[in-house]
Order: sequence, then structure tokens, then C-alpha cells
Amino acid sequence: MPERKVLTGNHAAAYACKSVGVEVVAAYPITPQSPVVEKISEFVESGELPNTQFVTVESEQSAISAVVAASQMGARVFTASSANGLAYMYEILCWAAGSRLPLVMCIATRALGAPWSVWTDHQDAFSVRDVGFIQQFVESNQEAYDTVLMSYRVAEDPRVYLPAFVSYDGYILSHTMMSVQIEDDDKVREFLPPLKPHIHLTDFENVHSVNPVTPPGLTVRPEGNTPGYYEFRYSMQKAHEYAIEVIEEVAKEFETKFGRAYGNGIYKPYKADDAEVLIFAVGSVASESRGVVDTLRDEGIKIGLISLKLYRPFPIQHLRKAFNKAKLVVVFDRDVGYGMEGILAAELKSALYAADHRPIIRGFIVGLGGRDITADQLINGVKKAIEEQDNREVQLDTHVDFIGLQLNELGFKKEEI
Amino acid sequence: MVIKVSELPEEEMILPGTRLCSGCGIQLAYRWALKALGPKTIITNPASCSTVCGGVGGYTPLKVPAFYCCFETVAANAAGAAAALKAKGQDKDVVVLAWAGDGGTYDIGIQGLSGASERGDNFIFACVNNQAYMNTGIQRSGATPYGATTTTTPILGKQQLNKNMRKIMEAHGLSYIAQTAASHPRDIYEKFKKAREFNGKGVRYIEILGTCPPGWGFPTDQSVHMARLAVETGYWPLLERIEGKLIISQPSKRYLDKSKRKDIREFLKGQSRFRHLKEEDIKIWENYIDAQWDEIREELHKQGDI
Repeated sequence: MPERKVLTGNHAAAYACKSVGVEVVAAYPITPQSPVVEKISEFVESGELPNTQFVTVESEQSAISAVVAASQMGARVFTASSANGLAYMYEILCWAAGSRLPLVMCIATRALGAPWSVWTDHQDAFSVRDVGFIQQFVESNQEAYDTVLMSYRVAEDPRVYLPAFVSYDGYILSHTMMSVQIEDDDKVREFLPPLKPHIHLTDFENVHSVNPVTPPGLTVRPEGNTPGYYEFRYSMQKAHEYAIEVIEEVAKEFETKFGRAYGNGIYKPYKADDAEVLIFAVGSVASESRGVVDTLRDEGIKIGLISLKLYRPFPIQHLRKAFNKAKLVVVFDRDVGYGMEGILAAELKSALYAADHRPIIRGFIVGLGGRDITADQLINGVKKAIEEQDNREVQLDTHVDFIGLQLNELGFKKEEI
Repeated sequence: MVIKVSELPEEEMILPGTRLCSGCGIQLAYRWALKALGPKTIITNPASCSTVCGGVGGYTPLKVPAFYCCFETVAANAAGAAAALKAKGQDKDVVVLAWAGDGGTYDIGIQGLSGASERGDNFIFACVNNQAYMNTGIQRSGATPYGATTTTTPILGKQQLNKNMRKIMEAHGLSYIAQTAASHPRDIYEKFKKAREFNGKGVRYIEILGTCPPGWGFPTDQSVHMARLAVETGYWPLLERIEGKLIISQPSKRYLDKSKRKDIREFLKGQSRFRHLKEEDIKIWENYIDAQWDEIREELHKQGDI
């Protein structure tokens, strides 16, 4: 029987691991991720996860290395991290994706040091943009639980074979209790059958080497030609392209089986149908924007929200459709592409450049390092963007707006800013 | 354990066609280690000379499964592989072998190795020590001995002694630690067999002196000879530490007696990396060897073995 529990985001992720029956977990503590691995340890030691091995590694780098290895033995694996821990994994994240391993990993998002911060923003998740993982953001603890379940299905699909991130905001979700439905194990098993690994080194009937030195060109031999690095990497890009369809399929199947949906599995529209202005955001920023949409609707502004769930692969075609009527898109980034602008804003511009309909796209930075994002900040951003929408000079300006700075209180004069 | 030559298996686990240099000591060691461990072995190998042994571009001479990994991650990889085998109930039949060079053990890989050793993860860790970063072009490592020239100690030679990795591993309280050399195939075979028998007792650490003709500067037909000299001069004692107890292996036993040891100059003079050593440098080598054996003697005496 499904069970309704009141859980933090971290514990919801841990329960998801339990539901999918992970075989090997390796993780290293970091705030705000730690409770997810503490809970899994509890499941393992109490015997609730009798077939799971937990490797209490001495670093994040070893955590991801251990699960990468275990995945190559054909095991279903899991790890989680945040910020600097995630950055410490970087090298092996590339290895995991390059090896096409179907592992799932949670990120309890947190600002990257320096200066020291343990509070949320999305810089950590976006900083691993190009490692080759599928990347998703969620807005609730139920969505975190459900997305972990769906991610294993997607990652283990032979059309995909890519590792996947599920990112939830540090503290805002990781440490906040919400009601979460934990599904019945048998029903989860129907949705997610045991892993049929494509890399399986313990199969001694078919001895293989994985990831030997791979030259730039093909290896041409009488027994058959083997691909070069270039072909392997092309296949990764194609897998990302196929993944979008698979993610949609899996989201539909999940809805049929469990009765919950998160938009189309790609993005979640909110009051978007007739909207002339659309907010574009992920995670905690998107959830904050929902209330803002309601407030501004009351003021008579035809506004809606596109909350992006799937960040990689970037769903270009879906976004062209989602924004094909709006006049103005206001992007709130809880991250910065330093020296450029908010990462989501830049990417959306790129995605819509060749679209038939190109709305004005105005980006703002909000809430770095856990700075509280208030409804007023977002409302001010939207109103500023509406006022400026006919001012082409502003749109072309390279100046990036940070909303919610408190420079006056620090005694800066206006001309110094 | 004494194994007759006639009992050694004929089946090779490494087929012809490796990309290692001619005269490579690592290849000899690899061959005998895998003969001892047999076909139910899974290798994990970080950046090292042995990576090119595994072949290039989709074809491998290895007859056992292997997966290649980042430089510093071999012990964590082995730990993860061992955990997966345990989860699948295959941990009794299959052995995980982490096969790393000295850089991947002494330097960049030491954190992962220390962590796995402390946790008691179930695998064999072999360090094939050729005393420098040979695969990247002979740069100095923590294992490079005193005085050796490398491409990053090109003129003066290394001014420090090598790290004492064996003692670091001993401090972890491992069930099985051994030191062997590429010149002694039967010793290698026996030690890997023994390490296999310690399955389930945490990390087993074996360090092999792997001679390197281009890195050390000697002709390719001298590889076995050089490793043998390292043993015969007392520089590289063949030994084991089983459940804490120190055991000097048969070929090295006679070198407890200093007068039986060959002059270290015989080892040093055959290698261009030591060409520049002066008499006072050689004194440092002699003191190193004497101190090593004094310590061994003292411990054997404490154990009541001499």
C-alpha cells in the first residue's frame, strides 16, 4: 500500500532510493545534502534495505568513483552531493557520462564558495552543465521522490543510457517537511523493473574492457573497425536528443500508474495559455513565481509561468512552442554565467533565436547564496521588464541586473555601483 | 607456501599485443599476478603505464575484464566494484584487483587507498612501482629514490628520499602486505595467491618493483637483472606482513647478513639516472639500506624469529 509521510526533500530522495532498490550507494557528507545519505545508512543498518551496500567513502571524488565502478558491475547505484562536493566530483562526472552509466544522483543545490556559503542557489547545478548528465530541477519533495523514480527509468532506457541529476534547492526543499506519498514497492517494480545492464563486467562469458585508451580515429582491424573518441561523443549527443522523447513517455506512464504529473515531464506551465508575459525559472525561483503570477493576474497583467523541469537535454522545440505567443519573457536566474548573464536567460535566447516567434527576453539575477527571494523582488523585476519592453537599448545593454542587492545599506554611493 | 615450477599454470591472462615498452618489468609482474588470480578477476586500472598494456582502440590483450579510471580513483573504484559484487553475492568467486603505478598509489591515489584500507573494502591493491611517472615521460614521484634524475629533477637528481609507502600501509593494519620484484616470478605468483586467500579480509596491498629501461636508463635486456640486483643488494627486500607479523621471503633471507649483500654500486652504476651520483650520495644509499635491515632485524628479534 502506498504510504503518506511528512518528509524533508533529502528524506524523500532517500525513500526514492529505497523504493527503487538501489544496490550500491556511496556518499560523503556535505551540507545541505547530508541527511539523504544518513537516512539511506539508517535503511541499510536497520535491515530495511537488506540488499544494499553503503560505502562510507572519504571524499566526494571517491563517492562518485565507487558508484561509477559499481554501475559497471551491473548494479543500480545512487549518490548525492552539493556545491563544492559536486565540484570535487567533476572529473568523474564526465567519466560517468562518457561511460554511459545509468546512475542517478541528487544535488541539494547550494552556492559555490568562495566566500563560504551553505545556502541555496543554482550555481553548482549549472556549473556541471556540460559533463553529459541529464539534468532536472524540482519544486517539491513529492516531485523529488517521483523524479528519482522516473530518472532511473529514463537513464536505464537503451535509447538513452545516460546518468541523471535530480536537483532540489538546499534548505528550501532539502530541510523543509512536506507531505510525500511513498509508493508501494511492487507497483514501483512494475514501473521500474530490475536493471538490465548494458555494461556488466561480472559477465565472465563475455569478457570486456571498459574505457581503454581511445584514439582520435577509428581502429581498423580485420576483426572489425572500432569507433574513435569522436564517434563515442557523437553518440552521447544523440542519446541526449532521444532522451527528450523518452522523458515525455516515462512521465506519461508515471501519470497513468501513480496519478501525478509535472507538466509534460519537460516543463510545467502555470496560467500560461493566454499569457502575454511569461516568467521562466527553475526550482525554488519557479515556486516563488507562482504566487507572483496570481498577484499580477489580480492587477490585470496577463502573466504566466514556464517552470523548467528538464534543463539538459535543453528542450529547444518544446520551449519554442511554449513561448510562441508571449510578447515578453522575464527570466529569473539564481545563478550567473560570470561575464555574461544569467545562464537560463542566455540559453533561452539561444533556443529561441531561430524560432518563428521571438519574444523579448529580459533576464534578472536573484537570490544568490541563499538571499531571500521575496514576491516583491520578482514583481519589481516583471514590472521593470514590462516598462522597458519597447526600449531596444535596454535589451541590448550588457549590464546585468541583480535584484535584491542592499548596496545602499553598505554605504555605497549610486555612482560607485 | 612453496609452489613448484611444474605447478605454475600455463594459461596466459595477457595475450601478445600489449603496447608496453620492450623489456618492461611491469608486464612480467602483470603476467604472473594474473596467472595467480585466475580468470575470475576484475581489474581496475588508473592512468599508468599499465593503461597502455590494456590496448588501444577497442582491442585488448587482457583475458579478464578490466575497467579504466581516473588517476586518483583506483581504490575507490575497487571499493565500489567490491560493494557491487557483495550486493550481488559474487564476492566469494570474483576478486577485484586495483592495479596502479607508484604515482597512482604514493601520490595522487593515496587518499582513496587510505580510505578503502581503513574501511576494510574487499580487494587486492597492487602498486607496480617503477619509481617515477614513466607513462607521462619520467617525472619525479613520491616513490622516486634519492638522487635519481627524472625529467623534473633533470640536473641535480631528486634531493629527497622516497616516501615509505609500505609503512604507511602497515599503519593501516592490513591483513596482508607484501613486497616483491619483477625479477622473481614465483614470488609474485605466491604472494598474489596468498592475497587471494585473504578474500574478505579488507584491502591486501602488494608492491612490486617494476623495472623500467627507458626511465631508469639501462638496456632492455637488463630488466630482470636490474630488479634482481635491487634484491641482492638488500635495497628491495622481498617480504610479507601477515596479520601484523613480518616475514622475510626466502630469496631475501640471506641478506639479513650484511656481508651477503652485493655492493649497491652494482645496482646504481648500471642506470643512467644515477650516473651523476657522488661518493657522499652513495653513502646515503648505503645508510638507507642498513637502516632498513636494522629495523627488520629488530622486529624479527622482537617476534622471536632470530
